[in-house]
Amino acid sequence: MLSIFLSVVSGILVGYLLRKTALVKYVGNLLSVVIMLLLFFLGVSVGINQQVVNNFASIGMEAFILTVGGTMGSLLCAKLIYLKFFKKRGE
Amino acid sequence: MKQSLLYLLLFTTGVVLALAGMMPEALLDSAISKWVLYLLLLLVGIQIGSGKNLFTALKRYGARIMLVPLGTTVGTFGGVALVSLLLPERSLAECMSVGAGFAYYSLSSILITEFRGAELGTIALLANIMREFSVLILTPWMVKKFGMLAPISAGGATTMDTTLPIITKYAGSEYMVIALFHGMIIDFSVPLWVSFFLSL
Repeated sequence: MLSIFLSVVSGILVGYLLRKTALVKYVGNLLSVVIMLLLFFLGVSVGINQQVVNNFASIGMEAFILTVGGTMGSLLCAKLIYLKFFKKRGE
Repeated sequence: MKQSLLYLLLFTTGVVLALAGMMPEALLDSAISKWVLYLLLLLVGIQIGSGKNLFTALKRYGARIMLVPLGTTVGTFGGVALVSLLLPERSLAECMSVGAGFAYYSLSSILITEFRGAELGTIALLANIMREFSVLILTPWMVKKFGMLAPISAGGATTMDTTLPIITKYAGSEYMVIALFHGMIIDFSVPLWVSFFLSL
């Protein structure tokens, strides 16, 4: 966990220091390439894993349930905060 | 949207190639993936750090803008904790780590796969793609029923890039700065929350 935190924080530091240079323009593209590579390998590890392949339907259902829970919870909190702190009169 | 489809396509290609037996297992069995993961996190950090909108947003809205990512986090974890009761074979910490992806499906699924295996990683991938997708198709409904901040909270970490256009369109351009700020804060918190719940 510490190494994860340090990776992100050192990235933020580097990003802040380089924010006025042209270099940061390429970070987005490089990021996409790395993500594509990793997602491809995630796909491979799923395809190799017989257990995941056989249970794909129930895995999808679990994902759906967690999505509904997380999204609805955040929507309700957003409504509360909007009404209490952001809504202007007459809006 | 286009980028999300491309990501999904690459994932599917990997699955298909592996199912066809065209991928040797040895390919995955290396320390390389861990280093690539750290590279990914470093790049995510650089993107957050080089963004200019953080301070503009703070100046304009003051401390109350912090309530938006706070609400997203509290609401998501509350909702996930509640529905985790429907999934007795999953621990609460596992459910929370999936929820802590906040629609950042690439980063969260990669992290979870690395530390907990491909099954939970795939759940994280699907769940967080669904979350992003729900914003892309349900934003008008969210705004109507839950107010202007709703698609921002639902969008999680994606409100600084993929879901920003649709949010701006339906919530209005004055919410763009909030969406950018919110996306940055949640983006930063995703790897921390995910690794926190996986370490429990």
